[in-house]
Amino acid sequence: MLHKLLSGDMPRSTVLAGLLITILICLAFAPFIFPGVRSVDTAARICIFIVLVASYDLMLGYGGIVSFAHTMFFGLGAYGVALASTHIGRGFDAILIGSVAGALIAALLALMIGLFSLRVRAIFFAMITLAVASAVAVLVSQMSGLTGGEDGLSYKIPRALGPAFKFADGTLMGVKMNGKLLKYYLIFFSCLALFLLMLRLVHSPFGRVLLAIRENDFRAEAIGYRVVHYRVAATCISAAIAALAGSLYAIWLRYVGPDTSLSMEIMIDILLMVVIGGMGTMYGAVIGVTLFVLAQNYLQGLMNIASGAVEGIPILPDLLNADRWLLWLGVLFILSVYFFPTGIVGRLRQGK
Amino acid sequence: MNTAPDHTPTMARMSWAERLSPYAPVLLIIGLVLAGLIAIPSTSSWLTLTVSGLAMGMMIFIMASGLTLVFGLMDVINFGHGAFVSVGAFVGVSFLLMLEHMTGAPSLALNLTAMLVAIIGAMLATAAMGWAFERVIVKPVYGHHLKQILVTMGGLIVVEQLIIVLWGPEEIFITRPEALKGAITFAGAALEKYRLVAVGIGLVVFLAMRWVLRSTKIGLIVRAGVENGEMVEALGYRLRLVFVGVFLAGSALAGLGGVLWGLYQEVITAHMGNQTMILIFIVVIIGGLGSVEGCFIGALMVGLLQNYVAFLEPKVALISNIGLMVAILMWRPMGMIPVVKAK
Repeated sequence: MLHKLLSGDMPRSTVLAGLLITILICLAFAPFIFPGVRSVDTAARICIFIVLVASYDLMLGYGGIVSFAHTMFFGLGAYGVALASTHIGRGFDAILIGSVAGALIAALLALMIGLFSLRVRAIFFAMITLAVASAVAVLVSQMSGLTGGEDGLSYKIPRALGPAFKFADGTLMGVKMNGKLLKYYLIFFSCLALFLLMLRLVHSPFGRVLLAIRENDFRAEAIGYRVVHYRVAATCISAAIAALAGSLYAIWLRYVGPDTSLSMEIMIDILLMVVIGGMGTMYGAVIGVTLFVLAQNYLQGLMNIASGAVEGIPILPDLLNADRWLLWLGVLFILSVYFFPTGIVGRLRQGK
Repeated sequence: MNTAPDHTPTMARMSWAERLSPYAPVLLIIGLVLAGLIAIPSTSSWLTLTVSGLAMGMMIFIMASGLTLVFGLMDVINFGHGAFVSVGAFVGVSFLLMLEHMTGAPSLALNLTAMLVAIIGAMLATAAMGWAFERVIVKPVYGHHLKQILVTMGGLIVVEQLIIVLWGPEEIFITRPEALKGAITFAGAALEKYRLVAVGIGLVVFLAMRWVLRSTKIGLIVRAGVENGEMVEALGYRLRLVFVGVFLAGSALAGLGGVLWGLYQEVITAHMGNQTMILIFIVVIIGGLGSVEGCFIGALMVGLLQNYVAFLEPKVALISNIGLMVAILMWRPMGMIPVVKAK
């Protein structure tokens, strides 16, 4: 059963299995284990980013394609839900239409970019996605009539997902049985389903061909696989899943704006998460995201302490300033590309 | 039994289309300028826009040329190239702020000396940084595109953060040297002095680069290296050294571009390199990876088109470059002047 659910990709390392189970349990019971608005918010963010980062890994780790437009696809999904909810009115139908439309547009755009660049050479793709993504980000912030510009859009989601809706009286373990809880579980189970779907995908014959292409595209072509077709297909699937993750994020936040869904900062975060967690394994996304989000929340505190400790020495306090945490993550990123190209998960599996 | 067709050689003159094909990119620029002349109602604003388009194109060319050469020579794609632009701008602007008594004086000679000092300082700083970058970041990942993209991107993040550490998180405003402020009027069109200077510097850099590449021994080795690196090494040249040199020169040029760009925008931020990277990539792609001429023509096209479109239809300007890139890639999938064969 478990074997089938994980598509035969067992963790193959006791430590990794332990970590994954801990993360799963924490996320599954987050509203009960960590009550409080902020921590539930963090848990939902982790769920959504796991899907987003795993979908990026589908492209980077399995397809060997670097894209800088992943936040664009993410944003398309988010704006899809936002626009549908604004114009159709609150309701599950609006969310559904918005998500499907966002995913379709994302896949279509990925198809177009892919056909343009991947048929020439894979690195064109990285540059072209960077250009297209930045153009879309500027476009979204300029077309303020439609997208709300820099301010973004706030909208209403169905009543059943709001805190005012109570589906049972009283509380369970001190947690109110309201729509917020429903919303969390909607996000959690959607993310779980998407994650298992991707796990299934990478262990399907399609995923095997992608691996073959990543290892040696020339040979894969010689064996008779149409490399371009497989690469474009992987890009489209990855874009569609990223858009769905964006839709979930839009449902959770009830707000979209360029900063939350389109910015280059998120793209860099995704890159860091994938590489630190481990490219080419879906579990890398889980570990990477969890570690990164926790670091985001706690590393800054640590750095504040460190920065206070070296007060008076020139430059050092600035280097350790809590706002400079990206600097240290960047260094970690470079080091991990050199020394642990398989990331944390690859290390754990090696040294079992 | 003989089924093979008869051998009938034909002697045909090359058609005009075939003969013009190598010059097509140049003709495209002329066409673009003429199209601008037709589309823009007043000649004087056309002239103003053409000069500012050329100035922008020249600056982008200066920044992009290093990237395209490095790619052509060693098949290294440097996503951290924008970091040199930022560092160049910050170092150059720091020099200019230090030399305020010279930039503030209304004497062209003093102003230009101050700018020269700033440019040399910035170029030296970015060249040194390029050397370190090549050593520490790029060298371990030769021949591995995926890792190159990731690692150089990481380098860009680190450098951007270091700039914030050294110069603070706020953007720095800078005024142009006194004699370069304002505009001169020519045929009824206002031409900003600074833009004319930028066009001049860009032309000098392009011609110098062309001269080095076409008429010197080192240029010969570089061009041969782009064509077939293994063969050049077999002939006994240490291509690695040449490559380091090209990387240094490319970084220094990016620094020069950064100073010019910073003075053009009159404000510099730590993220400016990242933003210019987008234009640089578009230019490098439409020019053809590895080709300096293609890069030059591509940069001019991007600069001109952006200025014309911004005047005619401001909202479309944002995506005009992407449109241009798509159109060029449909016409020539490897860029206008493809140099590097698909590896």
